[in-house]
Amino acid sequence: MTEHHATHHIVPLKVYFLVFSCLMIGTALTVGAAYLEMGWLNTPVALAIAICKASLVVLFFMHVRYNTPLIWVFAAAGFFWLLILFSLTLQDYMSRGWETPAPFDFLKQVSGPF
Amino acid sequence: MSDSHSPALHHHFEDLGQQYEASNMGMWAFIAQEIMFFGGLFGGYAVYRYQYFDAFVEGSHHLPIEWGALNTVVLIGSSLTVALAVRSAQQGKQMAIFNWIVATMILGAVFLGVKTIEYSHKFHDGLVPGSSFLTYGPYTTAYDAAMAGHLKIFFSFYFVMTGMHALHMIIGIGIMVFLLVKIRRGAFSAEYYNPVENFGLYWHFVDIVWIFLFPLLYLIGGR
Repeated sequence: MTEHHATHHIVPLKVYFLVFSCLMIGTALTVGAAYLEMGWLNTPVALAIAICKASLVVLFFMHVRYNTPLIWVFAAAGFFWLLILFSLTLQDYMSRGWETPAPFDFLKQVSGPF
Repeated sequence: MSDSHSPALHHHFEDLGQQYEASNMGMWAFIAQEIMFFGGLFGGYAVYRYQYFDAFVEGSHHLPIEWGALNTVVLIGSSLTVALAVRSAQQGKQMAIFNWIVATMILGAVFLGVKTIEYSHKFHDGLVPGSSFLTYGPYTTAYDAAMAGHLKIFFSFYFVMTGMHALHMIIGIGIMVFLLVKIRRGAFSAEYYNPVENFGLYWHFVDIVWIFLFPLLYLIGGR
């Protein structure tokens, strides 16, 4: 039996406490950033910090970093489909105000002389 | 491998390694569908936030940052304790698994307690969507009809998203009770601890949902 699974990788305590500290710092940064006046940048900054925190949890607390490629695919697939959900939904709603009047009425042009 | 007669090995698996991988992969498949489940809520949130941004900023200012931040700290702390529970399970330390799971339950209960305080303030202030929305409390005359309608949408998202999240935590605490019984019966060892590992994945996922809920509900448009 080939031993290809990373089943019993015990993560050093130091790593867990380091990740925990980073998550705490991230939380403090999120709250701090909310009090800065950054205009439209507030949301992207908050989301960027949240994505970093979530990545730390997935990679270290959820052991994906130490797991098999099959698990990487499963973990990535969920977030990839989430990306599809967001991009297809928002490309519709965010582009609805973009309609501009046509430069000329094509039907009027062609019906004139006939 | 010498584990072919381990009592923890189910008959349809060749060995404990294969059994572990199957259970781990199944849990990740479940988490992928959980991502889609919460993704639908976040998607709806994104659309309405885009349409009624002013109302979402206004609604967000009714949520107390200090309670939200405290809960973020509590929940990340519980993620650490559950990670330590899984680590103890990997080492076969029965007492340590038990204690870390109990610590996780306590932190989970603290989170739900804070959520209860927040919810009761919302009920008290008339900010719960429904026929009585803004008909009593301190904000009855604060908003015009359009803003009140849009605020109702914000608070609907607030209650559904945090409510679904809280429901996941209540289910998680239930699973931990089950785990404690199993630990007491000595069901887990260094070679078999799949339920502890899978529960850890579930709890971390719930933590990730909150990591996004906190800035997206409490901190819209800055302060």
